[in-house]
Amino acid sequence: MSAEVEIPYAVKPHPVTGLFNGKFGIWLFLASEVMLFGALFSTYVLLRVGAEAWPHGYSLLNVPLATLNTFVLILSSVTMVMAWASLKMGDFRKFRLNLGATILLAFVFLIVKSFEYGAKFEHHIHPATSTFYAIYFTLTGLHGLHVIGGILVNLYLLLPGSALWRTEPERFTNRIECAGLYWHFVDLVWIFLFPVLYLL
Amino acid sequence: MHEQHHEHHEPGFWRKYIFSVDHKVIGIQYSLTSLLFLFFGFSLMMMMRWQLAYPGQPLPWIGRLFGEANMPEGVMVPEFYNQLGAMHGTIMVFLGVVPLAVGGFGNYILPLQIGAPDMAFPRINMASYWFLFVGGVVMLASFFLPGGAAQSGWTSYAPLANIAPTGQTAWLIGMIFLITSSLLGSINFIVTTVQLRVRGLSFFKLPFFVWAQFVTSFLLLLAFPPLEAAGVLQLMDRVAGTSFFLPSGLVVTGQPLEVSGGGNPLLWQHLFWFLAHPEVYVLILPALGIVAEVIANNTRKPLWGYRTMVYSLIFLGFMSFIVWAHHMFMTGMGTAMSTFFQATTMIISVPSVIILTCLAISLWGGSIRFTVPMHFALAFIPMFAIGGLTGLPLGLTASDLHLHDTYYVIGHFHYVVAPGTIFALFAGIYYWFPKVTGRMMNEKLGKLHFWLSLIFMNGVFTPMLLIGVAGVSRRLYDQTGYAHGAAVQDLTVFSSWSAWLLAVAQIPFIINFLMSMRKREKVRSDNPWEATTLEWATPTPPPHGNFPTAPQVYRGPYEYSVPGRSADFWPQHLPEEAESTQPRPATT
Repeated sequence: MSAEVEIPYAVKPHPVTGLFNGKFGIWLFLASEVMLFGALFSTYVLLRVGAEAWPHGYSLLNVPLATLNTFVLILSSVTMVMAWASLKMGDFRKFRLNLGATILLAFVFLIVKSFEYGAKFEHHIHPATSTFYAIYFTLTGLHGLHVIGGILVNLYLLLPGSALWRTEPERFTNRIECAGLYWHFVDLVWIFLFPVLYLL
Repeated sequence: MHEQHHEHHEPGFWRKYIFSVDHKVIGIQYSLTSLLFLFFGFSLMMMMRWQLAYPGQPLPWIGRLFGEANMPEGVMVPEFYNQLGAMHGTIMVFLGVVPLAVGGFGNYILPLQIGAPDMAFPRINMASYWFLFVGGVVMLASFFLPGGAAQSGWTSYAPLANIAPTGQTAWLIGMIFLITSSLLGSINFIVTTVQLRVRGLSFFKLPFFVWAQFVTSFLLLLAFPPLEAAGVLQLMDRVAGTSFFLPSGLVVTGQPLEVSGGGNPLLWQHLFWFLAHPEVYVLILPALGIVAEVIANNTRKPLWGYRTMVYSLIFLGFMSFIVWAHHMFMTGMGTAMSTFFQATTMIISVPSVIILTCLAISLWGGSIRFTVPMHFALAFIPMFAIGGLTGLPLGLTASDLHLHDTYYVIGHFHYVVAPGTIFALFAGIYYWFPKVTGRMMNEKLGKLHFWLSLIFMNGVFTPMLLIGVAGVSRRLYDQTGYAHGAAVQDLTVFSSWSAWLLAVAQIPFIINFLMSMRKREKVRSDNPWEATTLEWATPTPPPHGNFPTAPQVYRGPYEYSVPGRSADFWPQHLPEEAESTQPRPATT
């Protein structure tokens, strides 16, 4: 390792902005994510407005499964906050439990989603079938990739990354907070996707 | 007391030069990579200029090296011409100018100018360079795919790009890497600027260059994701068979296309230009920043209207998000839309003119030092002005009807970016070279480089404006097939020769750059230009961690020729008492 340079406000919040660098960074990253999904939702609106006929999501997609998934993701957001809160209170055991639950729920979400996808593929329904399915698969697929990304980050923080707790607890808590912000965003995207694709 | 164990691990070669987390090494990596890409992109264009000047004639000497598929008997086939065109644009914009202006100069100079030890996220900084590198490799490798590289223009308009050969898929994948790179970079720049400024350096004491990079970063952060979305959608169209950009009933070479249809080709243009118009400002704002630094330093006086310039910059950044559809007047999107975007386009020209006017007025009454960087900075002002003013007829719907998609557009855009931004980048290279290497560049070679470049740059692009007014379409492979094209063929030949001579004019620069790194005498001072900003307060070249002790800032960025002081510059970091050579007026 090279002689590490001490970066100001890497752990402690800046007195003016009230943010440590990582938290500021993750907010900016989420802003760019808003633009990414914003562009995709705009695409949805434009294609739907321009279409001669547009199917209702509930007549083609499995609403009960998606409702279940919505609750699964909301629950995972709750456990994510609790993981962070447990660290704030210094309870590492409870943190592991909660973060583990978050990861587990994320897997439940993906499994349910793969059942939905599988049922469509069985009926020979693909992204190429129609514009509705094209945007459905693209949006939910990209969201799914974000879920997988979140699982990877959380798994890292649960297993090898958690060694940091013993040496730099504040820094580790900060990391969980950033991972949490990202995870809530992934949850939030789904909360928009669900009504737009399944209910409208 | 025990002596402090100051373990100073000397990092190995790989950590020090290749996978470095030091913003200065990363800045140099960015700069060298993008200079190579600029040269490569320039070479692609020089080959195109041969086909345009002498259509159907074999390219002398090197023509046969490109294979039977691309250049049988040394004569360029149209498909290869299209590849060169598309890749020239892509490489120059995304792998040349932006990485040099933002990745290179921004990375190296910005942390120094705000007195920071490094970027806020050094490892993410390293990742952003390597994403760019992979993206560049993907772009280069795409030339060797069956069917060659992307050939639907740098804009990759659908539906043409949807049905293009595999190179287009590589283009999309490469773009996703480049977008990721600039996303990581922009987050780093914003956090660094906000969080890591040293004590006393309030926002209105920031050098204009830092402001320019700061606003640019917001554009990169918020404008690139829609292109990423568009890239994902086009990738889906090409790989998964969807029809986001394919309307129903599309017929390709007499065959109806077997797709579900229902897509919208205009959607691509909206998403693309939502990025690509702010991208134009990403190209120009860092250049304005560099020019402002050089002009303040070489006129030996403060920038005229610094605050106005900063406000204009912010307004410019904001407005650049709502002008994108002025690229689309000819698509039939409707008069209401056109009128709106025409109005915003006229509005956005105002802050650009303000900044340029401030720079011009800054010259007034200065005791100008005609250094090499100052030559380039001075030439930037009229060149960028030509580029900007020739844009106005394109922003008005009525005149755009005639000029749209002609060589006039190429002339306009290149005036902004080539003798505009690239001149500013040259100014930056000559200006900061002594800080980076500890050696000055050769003055005579620099001036030779400048004058030749200035002449031939104009030789390349002025004819294009005329060819465009004559109505020649920008993507034509051979304009002599049309009467109106054949009539202005002489101008095209003139432009081509100017382009080749422009390449020759870069030889003094390349020699100067390489020789000055090793041969030239070392600078005697850390501040050879007698500048005021913080990057000159570091040792030369700055060590890892930049400042031996964190500086403090006492005053604005351009305190030159302050009355009552013996030296004509007053660095930002010097306390009031440090240089009290002049007796203070008695306060009785």
